[in-house]
Amino acid sequence: MCFFLIFLILPSVSARDPALHSQYSTQVSILSAMELIWNLCEILFVEAAAAGPLLLRLLDWVRLHVCDVDNMVREVLSSENPSKHELFWNVVDVFVLQGRMDEARHLLAKEASANPTSVNMYKTLDDLMKKMPVPSLGNTQTLTEMELKWQHWHEECQRYLQDGTFASNSHMESICKILLGDEDAILEKKELLATWYQFLVTRLLYSHPTVKPMELRFYAQSSMDLFLGGESSPEPLDTILMAAFEFEMHQVIKECSIALSNWWFVAHLTDLLDHCKLLQSHNLYFGSNMREFLLLEYASGLFSHHSLWQLGVDYFDHCPEYGRVYLELHIERIPLNTEQKALKVLRICEQRQMHEQVRSICKIMAMKALRNNRLGSALSWSIRAKDAAFATLISDRFLKDYCERGCFSDLDLIDNLGPSMLLSDRLTFLGKYREFHRLYGEKRFSEAAKLLLMLMTAHIAPCSFWMTLLTDALPLLEQKEVIFSAEQTYELMRCLEDLTAGKSDKQKFQDDDVETMKVEMLRLALARNLARVIVKEGTLEGS
Amino acid sequence: AGGQTKTGGVIFVQDNRISIWSVGDLGNVGLNGEYQGEPQLLCDIRHNGDVMDMQFLDQERIVVASSTGTVTVFHHHQNNQTLSANQRWEKAHSHVDQDTSCGGAACTGVICNNPEIVTVGEDGRINLFRADQKDAVRTIDNADSSTLHAVTFLRTTEILTVNSIGQLKIWDLRQQRNEPSQIFSLTGDRVPLHCVDRHPNQQHVVATGGQDGMLSVWDIRQGTMPVSLLNAHEAEMWEVHFHPSNPDHLFTCSEDGSLWHWDTSTDVAEKPSFLHQGGRSTTYFSHNTINQSVVSAWLSNDPTKDRMEITNLIPNQTLSVNSLDILGPCLVYGTDAEAIYVNRQLFA
Repeated sequence: MCFFLIFLILPSVSARDPALHSQYSTQVSILSAMELIWNLCEILFVEAAAAGPLLLRLLDWVRLHVCDVDNMVREVLSSENPSKHELFWNVVDVFVLQGRMDEARHLLAKEASANPTSVNMYKTLDDLMKKMPVPSLGNTQTLTEMELKWQHWHEECQRYLQDGTFASNSHMESICKILLGDEDAILEKKELLATWYQFLVTRLLYSHPTVKPMELRFYAQSSMDLFLGGESSPEPLDTILMAAFEFEMHQVIKECSIALSNWWFVAHLTDLLDHCKLLQSHNLYFGSNMREFLLLEYASGLFSHHSLWQLGVDYFDHCPEYGRVYLELHIERIPLNTEQKALKVLRICEQRQMHEQVRSICKIMAMKALRNNRLGSALSWSIRAKDAAFATLISDRFLKDYCERGCFSDLDLIDNLGPSMLLSDRLTFLGKYREFHRLYGEKRFSEAAKLLLMLMTAHIAPCSFWMTLLTDALPLLEQKEVIFSAEQTYELMRCLEDLTAGKSDKQKFQDDDVETMKVEMLRLALARNLARVIVKEGTLEGS
Repeated sequence: AGGQTKTGGVIFVQDNRISIWSVGDLGNVGLNGEYQGEPQLLCDIRHNGDVMDMQFLDQERIVVASSTGTVTVFHHHQNNQTLSANQRWEKAHSHVDQDTSCGGAACTGVICNNPEIVTVGEDGRINLFRADQKDAVRTIDNADSSTLHAVTFLRTTEILTVNSIGQLKIWDLRQQRNEPSQIFSLTGDRVPLHCVDRHPNQQHVVATGGQDGMLSVWDIRQGTMPVSLLNAHEAEMWEVHFHPSNPDHLFTCSEDGSLWHWDTSTDVAEKPSFLHQGGRSTTYFSHNTINQSVVSAWLSNDPTKDRMEITNLIPNQTLSVNSLDILGPCLVYGTDAEAIYVNRQLFA
């Protein structure tokens, strides 16, 4: 997690907009706090630093995050004559408080060269600082060894102080007291410490460098009490840090949840702790564990964003119990303002075998297309979902248009259906019916006739359409040349009779004159055709 | 921009912008051609709706297609580094019957041949605009019953479109009738086609990319079916581009997060020279000089016979690569991970 970039935003923005600047400042401070907490959790929980390295980690932690004094330090160091700067001793104190011995000694050397009379004093202090024992990271010494060395060194400092070696220079005397871990001396530098946790670490450095993790809580509590001194009450950040020092992980999570306004930090922290197997499986009353609960909350929040929802998907993927269900619910509610977005959503569903959602989304898109009269688009969505029922719906729409207008709309679509024609019977019929019209238009009458008949006999055509088909057969029957063979004519007659027989008496009664006339005309045309074809087929040249 | 509520919900305000960046000099390149310095934001301007497509009309003007159906021409003022909206065609794409219509229609593609601009959209409409004219020069309503996904120029007076039922169509803008002059379609299922590009020198060679990630190469002089079908990506192919000055190279990008470089140059050792300025100009001049290979490598039926090298240019792919562009040795592409990548040494 890299927060450093945030600090680059501020300067460029502040020039333009003060309101924006203050908003960003708040965000920066929240992020800094998050980073502080996160790092501490890493040290105490994840790395679980043991006594010895623990102090070194805490020193790093403080140096990295407490930046209040950086400006001052920079100012003094970059001045022409640092030792003459009025804040010189403040900076030396800062270095000592943060355990930055080398830097402190470097500055002191400058001062020493400027004051040759007190050279001995400087040498002594420098020596003490150089010799200060610190816990080592490697296995070069045990804790007991270190403690012994440290005890000796502590006594040596004590001797020099009591001898009055530094009596003539109050600054150096106070530094020596700090080295001895004198709480009052340290507290005097309250402004330079800035926070109680810096105070805590300084205290530990100079009085209990081999502090054990479990002892931290006592020092933390007393440090906070001493530092705040009853003047101010702890802030949310202080409470969270205190919970961390007390190794109360759940408390840390709880306090963070309260203090922060979104789930981002808490979800990721809990996830990390869970992966380190540090959280007992705390079964919450609705069954999932804390990690999953927080991740679900966070990811759900992402789904309300117009582009971050894609990340939300990945989070749900990592929630074994309820992730799938949440994803199924959320993914259907993403606003699909463009087809491209719908395609992205569909791709996600298909990759996870969420067939229900694929069907549902395709149906929504197809319905929208249908309402906008984009029949080709509607068909395209049905093909994607392999939705035969919808394809049938679309075909019926086309056929309805044809019946009303007498011609086909969107021929570019129907003429080029290809294998997708097989998706639904109605669609197949539509394609074939259009083919019939094309054949007729190209005057390939016998082929057209064969196709027309096949549409009825093979039951590709819906019953409701048979009348239209038979009516389409009329011009073929009326041609000069005989087109339908005897066999075919008998078939047609049978179809017509099937159709009329199928109607109940009540329906026959309700049929208007046009209907009955059509039937009569058909019967007549069929009979005439039959007559002609029998003659034709009966004569010697007939085939 | 974002805001936060006390209950833990977050409200986001969509803030889409058109931005112009400077990626500095050639001198600052690292070992792998990665640009070492930071791209500089020169200027930006708010845009209403998602940017579906955009193209430079000339050195200073950019045409942008929006998900709201609006087409806008932006002017980049280089002297004071600002952007302004020069011309706007609201509802260039919309569904016809406003009473029953359900939502707007996005403008999905735009192509320019200064001063002409052609746009296509989800409403199946084709518009022909001129940059300086308020009204459209020509509109073909319901040119297609499905969504038109992309458009490109075939010749100065002819365009190519691809749609969501797998058809490639040629339209002759000189003719007054509202029918395509030719329709091509895929052999098998009517898989939607998302992108199209024409070979810069050999105008009969056209490449399209489909929803199944397949790359199809067509010879539009003959037949109505593609010449070769190449299995490429695992998801929608969003864009396909021939390299404008070295068309033996083709680039495709996809929803699966990959960007492929297709190389059919027969002599792999030969290095093209990119030292001349110009590259892809916006006027489509007809190239009378023919490439060394009389039969284009793209039209060969067996890609394994001729050496074709295919490389995925993205080592760690995550989210979709939505768009790419190439000019000379420079490749730019953008992803759903909110990142833009610039590769300045494509052929090194």
